[in-house]
Amino acid sequence: MSKTQDVELRTRTKAFALRIILLYVSLPKTTEAQMLGKQVLRAGTSVGAHYREAQRAKSEADFISKIEGALQELDETDMVNTPLLSVRDLKTYFFLDEGIVKAVDGVTFDVYPGQIFGIVGESGCGKSVTVKAVLRIVEPPGKIVNGEILLNCKTGNEECQFVDLVKLDVNGKEMRSIRGAEIALIPQEPMAAFSPVHTVGDQIIEAVMLHQPVNKREARKIALQMFKDVGIPMPEQRLDEYSWQLSGGLRQRAIIAMALSCNPRLLIADEPTTAVDVTTQAQVLRLLRRLQEERGAAIIFITHDLSVIAQMASYVMVMYLGLVMEEGPVDDIFHSPHHPYTQALLRSIPSVHSTPRINLPTISGSIPHPFNKPSGCPFHPRCAKSMPGKCDTRTPALQPVGEKQLVSCFLYHDDEVAA
Amino acid sequence: MTNSTTTPLLQVRNLHKYFPIRKGFFRKTVGNVRAVDDVSFFVNEGETLGLVGESGCGKTTTARCILRAMAPTSGEILFRTKEGQTVDLAKLNRGGLRPLRPQMQMIFQDPYGSLNPRMTLFDIVGEPLLVNGMKNRKERTERVAEILRLVGLRPEYMQRYPHAFSGGQRQRIGIARALALNPRLVVADEPVSALDVSVQAQILNLMLDLQKRLNLTYLFVAHNLSVVKHICDRVAVMYVGKLVEMATTEELYRTPKHPYTAALLAAVPVPDPRVKTGNVELKGEVPSPANPPSGCYFHPRCEHVMDACRVQAPAFREITPGHFVSCLRADELQLPGIA
Amino acid sequence: MTENSSTQALAQELEKAATTKAEERVSVASNWQLVWWRFKKNRLAVLSAVILIFFYIIVLVPDFFSTQDPEATEARLAFIPAQSLHLLDESGIHPWVPAVVGKRNPVTLRMEWQIDPTRKVYVRLLAPGFQYSILGLFRTDIHLLGLEDPKSEDRIYLLGTDRMGRDQWSRMMFGTRTSMTVGLVAVALSVILGVLLGGISGYFGGWVDLVIQRLIELLQSLPTIPIWLAMTAALPQDWRPDQVFFAITIILAFIGWTTLGREVRGRFLSLREEDFVLAADLAGCSRFRIITRHMVPAFMSHIIATSTLAIPVMIISETSLSYLGLGIRPPAISWGVLLQEAQNIQTIAQAPWLLVPGLFVILAVLAFNLVGDGLRDAADPYGH
Repeated sequence: MSKTQDVELRTRTKAFALRIILLYVSLPKTTEAQMLGKQVLRAGTSVGAHYREAQRAKSEADFISKIEGALQELDETDMVNTPLLSVRDLKTYFFLDEGIVKAVDGVTFDVYPGQIFGIVGESGCGKSVTVKAVLRIVEPPGKIVNGEILLNCKTGNEECQFVDLVKLDVNGKEMRSIRGAEIALIPQEPMAAFSPVHTVGDQIIEAVMLHQPVNKREARKIALQMFKDVGIPMPEQRLDEYSWQLSGGLRQRAIIAMALSCNPRLLIADEPTTAVDVTTQAQVLRLLRRLQEERGAAIIFITHDLSVIAQMASYVMVMYLGLVMEEGPVDDIFHSPHHPYTQALLRSIPSVHSTPRINLPTISGSIPHPFNKPSGCPFHPRCAKSMPGKCDTRTPALQPVGEKQLVSCFLYHDDEVAA
Repeated sequence: MTNSTTTPLLQVRNLHKYFPIRKGFFRKTVGNVRAVDDVSFFVNEGETLGLVGESGCGKTTTARCILRAMAPTSGEILFRTKEGQTVDLAKLNRGGLRPLRPQMQMIFQDPYGSLNPRMTLFDIVGEPLLVNGMKNRKERTERVAEILRLVGLRPEYMQRYPHAFSGGQRQRIGIARALALNPRLVVADEPVSALDVSVQAQILNLMLDLQKRLNLTYLFVAHNLSVVKHICDRVAVMYVGKLVEMATTEELYRTPKHPYTAALLAAVPVPDPRVKTGNVELKGEVPSPANPPSGCYFHPRCEHVMDACRVQAPAFREITPGHFVSCLRADELQLPGIA
Repeated sequence: MTENSSTQALAQELEKAATTKAEERVSVASNWQLVWWRFKKNRLAVLSAVILIFFYIIVLVPDFFSTQDPEATEARLAFIPAQSLHLLDESGIHPWVPAVVGKRNPVTLRMEWQIDPTRKVYVRLLAPGFQYSILGLFRTDIHLLGLEDPKSEDRIYLLGTDRMGRDQWSRMMFGTRTSMTVGLVAVALSVILGVLLGGISGYFGGWVDLVIQRLIELLQSLPTIPIWLAMTAALPQDWRPDQVFFAITIILAFIGWTTLGREVRGRFLSLREEDFVLAADLAGCSRFRIITRHMVPAFMSHIIATSTLAIPVMIISETSLSYLGLGIRPPAISWGVLLQEAQNIQTIAQAPWLLVPGLFVILAVLAFNLVGDGLRDAADPYGH
């Protein structure tokens, strides 16, 4: 190892490390920023660790490879600012005998690595269909008719930047290798997600062996470790039990174990706590938060419960009838909501801190039948601030308002969606 | 049991409901699922008592026993009738219950399963009237129209079938059906759990309105503590078939005296990202009502457990006026609540 | 509009949610109307239903469709081949059939008949023929098809004749009546028995349920064909054909109700737990009202669909029994009896037109199956 090369590399890595520390210090202290900061720090410390290790290298080749590893990791931190998943103008329609249901009608959002991205909305808003489209498991007669779903390629893969999931064959090898291994789903009904005729252990082992080059014994070790990670007591025994032998809370943990068994970069949790009790819900949410921190996976968290979103997500997207009404950092959405729907929704939920026994402010009317979607802005028939002539004929586009929020409402801008 | 100056509308004393577990060719009873295990409480006229607990705690079974949808294994259900008499519903047979049915009705959880899809609105809301003597169709039509208006539905919809209505509207139909006979006691079994968020508020408002107008008494069974806090005057908490605490809403939420209540309250998420909840984790699993633990049922999961808890089942006693707890350490524990 | 409570304002809101006429129609549509609308969409099922209606018209007035007296036997007219009906001739629409010409075979001394395409025998619609009474109410002699010249010696043999010189077409018409009725009556009886016993079993539970269930299992474990053999053999030989027919129907029903009974019981058991049934109970409805007004209608469409699918099974059972000579016996006519004539190879070689009753069986069974499937698919429009 030449002295000059050594000094050059040393300086480079030191400068890099300094840059990282400065970056962290300058970030604002919102939850999302903290998350980013943690990731950056991790990279920073590992740079130092790599360097120290590299100094102990036995040969020049060894030294170079260790430093290259450090630099690669630094490259990865650059990817903190690159979204993991980019959905652009996604439209998913259901072609039924009685007509076309536009379940998702033009949805755009980005999910960053390590972020907990919350999608909240009531029935018929299209949140489940959106994530099903991401996983390409929309059932016929549903079809993705427009849009891109760009998944960031794995690091080290020089050829590709993004792969568009819409363009992949639904049952093809590439999509199947992404499903489960890179994007995993925690479904709503844990009972329905497990086969009743196989043990839970077998099902996790099957998932592991599908995506990783290990044999059965090794897969079982991985499954066991997963069970320990999610906090299932007596994991060795539980692996050999059937799903119906487990209680609700344990089943939910087992599902999470299965979803995480292949270390996905993106976890989609579709109403994971809707069917469980409040204490189990608290357990599951804590578990998800912990696992997410440990593994750095991003989570798309879907629910209709605003309280749960407030506890979990760092970024929230509010949907209604297939369109995005508002999105932004969680604090902004809850403390300065812009869209009338978000405002009305927040006012109408009872909480343990609100005044009891008064009449809650309600949103008039009810969610229209999907065949009777209103023209223009989907919320206008129920909106107190609707402007006749404008809101009932043109559909507002999603535009920035404030620092980090986006809202689709003519009260804040005049941009409309192209017909 | 101490109570207020007038007799409560409903008094439940030592209610038990066991479901036998039968095994073998000859169907021998090998054990019991103790769904309701010695429950005692009271509800005053015009108030709302919330019955909360997690799944499997026995709250739905209790509610159904009170309305005599099933016969209790033992205990008393004392109901003060319109005429001023107090009857024990547990002792009546089908014939004896019939004249009392109009005074106590139920609102169900599932807006889709609680309405017969093959009957029109008129049939559904008018049936209670028909079987209780109002045979004149014109009279029934008028009364049905009146009730539909009361719950916010247009009387012109009388000829429609349930499939034409949304979840929230169906729940209103269910409420209309329950009110047709002018009941005094209405048992609401999770009436808003299956509804969308924006519709929940409408139905809760309706229930509050109707209570004021018709002087209804509600037994509100639910698992959502935010909803319960909003609508109930008093709350009773159940765990594995037993009552662990009962108090006024404010007192229960502010100063819970039972560790389970405190754990429940700590787990309730709040719609404010600046307030982090769920910090206290309740370990372990809910025991099976067929095989409950010894002593205090909650002891395996309790942070404040002591040796006596493992052997001695605590009594449900009144520690401050109106506040009942079943915990051996109730007097000494300071548990966190919600402001 | 965000607002506080107020049910009046809500009523106004619902008014604003303008309902179109089509929606209005759907919202007041009863279950049966919805079932009918869905059924109509299934073209195949509708076509099959039309075919079945046609069959049942034949059941009502088989004489109208016959061309000759089905009982008339004349040995010398045996094995006349089927004539084909032509609609046109040189002068336009003038239906005719080719004449048959017979020759006595010098060796066997039996008459052998052949179609003579040169000679035309003209026929017309709604022609007079042999006398009969419609549903026992009034007599007439008009038939669908008959000779133009009533005094002519020729006859119409659309499906030829059998061994005893009987016109097959006319016999087919009468056979249709018997076979289609047996199926219907047997299933109706099964339904009544099944709903009654299955309902009692499911609603009351306990030992009543236990007893009825064991009975069902007992009946189902008996081997069917030997039972049929035994029961029909036990029927007195001197009974009239229609009495035999009656007995066969009852026998079929007594064995066929078990499957339906089980299904009904299952449905009752699950319906008992439904919220709307409990609500009716809490309102003070009598047990009888709950069963008839709430529980039975809930599965009626399912029962009708299942029964429609059970009828072809009955038809085939009857046909098989009669074919084996154990069910309906001559001189009564059914498809099975007709097929009995076609039992030996010689007959088939000489007179293949005797197998046509089999075609009718296939057609009827197919039609019932398609209608039944269509009904079953249409019967659950709520899907919950």
